[in-house]
Amino acid sequence: MPPSPGTRTPASREAVYAAVEEAAKQTYVRALKVLPPDVKAALARASQTETDENGKRVLDIMLENVAVAERDDNLVCQDTGNVVFWLEVGEDCPLNLARVAAAVKKGTERATAEHSLRPNAVHPLTRENTMTNTGRHLPAMHYEFVPGDDALAADALRLHCLPKGSGSENMSFLRMLIPADGVAGVKRFILECIVEAGPKPCPPTIVGVGLGGTADLCATLAKKAVLRPLGTHNDDPAVAALEDELFAAANELGIGPMGLGGRNTVLGVNIEHAHTHITQNPVAVNLQCWTARRSSAVVTRDGHVTYGF
Amino acid sequence: MTDEIRLTFPIADLDALRVLRAGDKVRIDGRVIGIRDATQIAMFDRGEKPRMDLTGAALIHTAPNVRKVGEGRYEKVCIGTTTSARMNRFTRGVVETYGVRAIIGKGGLLADSLPVLMELGGVYLAITGGAAALETTQIEQIEEVEFEELMPECLWTFRVRDFGPLVVAMDSHGRSLYEEVTAGARDKLAELVARL
Repeated sequence: MPPSPGTRTPASREAVYAAVEEAAKQTYVRALKVLPPDVKAALARASQTETDENGKRVLDIMLENVAVAERDDNLVCQDTGNVVFWLEVGEDCPLNLARVAAAVKKGTERATAEHSLRPNAVHPLTRENTMTNTGRHLPAMHYEFVPGDDALAADALRLHCLPKGSGSENMSFLRMLIPADGVAGVKRFILECIVEAGPKPCPPTIVGVGLGGTADLCATLAKKAVLRPLGTHNDDPAVAALEDELFAAANELGIGPMGLGGRNTVLGVNIEHAHTHITQNPVAVNLQCWTARRSSAVVTRDGHVTYGF
Repeated sequence: MTDEIRLTFPIADLDALRVLRAGDKVRIDGRVIGIRDATQIAMFDRGEKPRMDLTGAALIHTAPNVRKVGEGRYEKVCIGTTTSARMNRFTRGVVETYGVRAIIGKGGLLADSLPVLMELGGVYLAITGGAAALETTQIEQIEEVEFEELMPECLWTFRVRDFGPLVVAMDSHGRSLYEEVTAGARDKLAELVARL
């Protein structure tokens, strides 16, 4: 039982960490089973607009699969992913983040054990599988400190779970372009990445782009970009215009659903940007497969959890 | 669908799949053999030989979600298909040495696998990647498992029914739909780069 608001006994604090653990477990499993509404709508639109026979057939199987997963309470895709959590920490959140991180890891392990999820985490040299989907620095966790918003009180915590399939994660790219390459170089690199990835990331993909920053920040922003719902835009009008331009261009490539041809190669292009150095023009691409799984939860300071996408 | 070709695996005539042409739609009954990166690294790089006879088999690139129900016995949870390109270097080994004739996967093998398919009468059958919930309903049972120490990347025998639809994406006549689509994309890319 969550404690009532206002009580701040040690036991109530324990209950909040237990709620974080439960939220981590649930967001992981929920992400694997039910696609976000914006992704489902984009796939349905793609099916309506697809003119290639193979492409249309593939999209219809994708839509059928989404429905079967919901009907059978099963995973949309067998790849239970490399688990990434994005934590938005309200600026007045009283929780100890080391304990939050431990709870998120425990929740990931419980989801894996209790739902017979495929274990994917291996040591990079020995390839030994931990069998828990966790390990050294896994799940990957990112933190942002935020003032709160309509759905997130300033003293609450929001978890976004992104179980990233390897087919698309293997199609990740970073190029430290230079100022002389200009915006033209950025556009060219992003389109080249989509062609290079071809059928492998399970298109139609969401193209996550990081623009600017440092090498590490740029790659992180590309990952953050795939968390943003389809149909939303970067709040900078110039960046938003680039999103639209690249979306249209990418869908002229003809790669199509599963790379078998068609006009639906990408479901969206999401760009996140940061200021960069006068000598730099970095761009990172993180592709997200059509099973663009993500789910979120808000945990209040009294341990109440609400789930979303 | 009426345009689908029905096949039962394993096939007895190792030249039987030469009739298939890129673009054909296929549905499978019988048995398909799950295999993956670590399984093939064990077989070819470490020389570990499976007991299972793979002559005339259809392989599928997968590592499933399973529930253990007894010693060496597993129940399906969710089974889907992974990216084949990573396992491209094992194509000749599985087809020539082990007698495999169909490889089911997503995203295709690379162009250098085409000569192997042409020489030995093999095909690459494309499944819809990510559509695992649907695929799971077409797998009746996990019959056998080998290389259990590589869990989940074991060698799995799945009994399947109405498995598909699959598309012949690479045939034994030198055609690859992926090569054709990629060539078109490269041409378009050059045009876009000049325009944007």
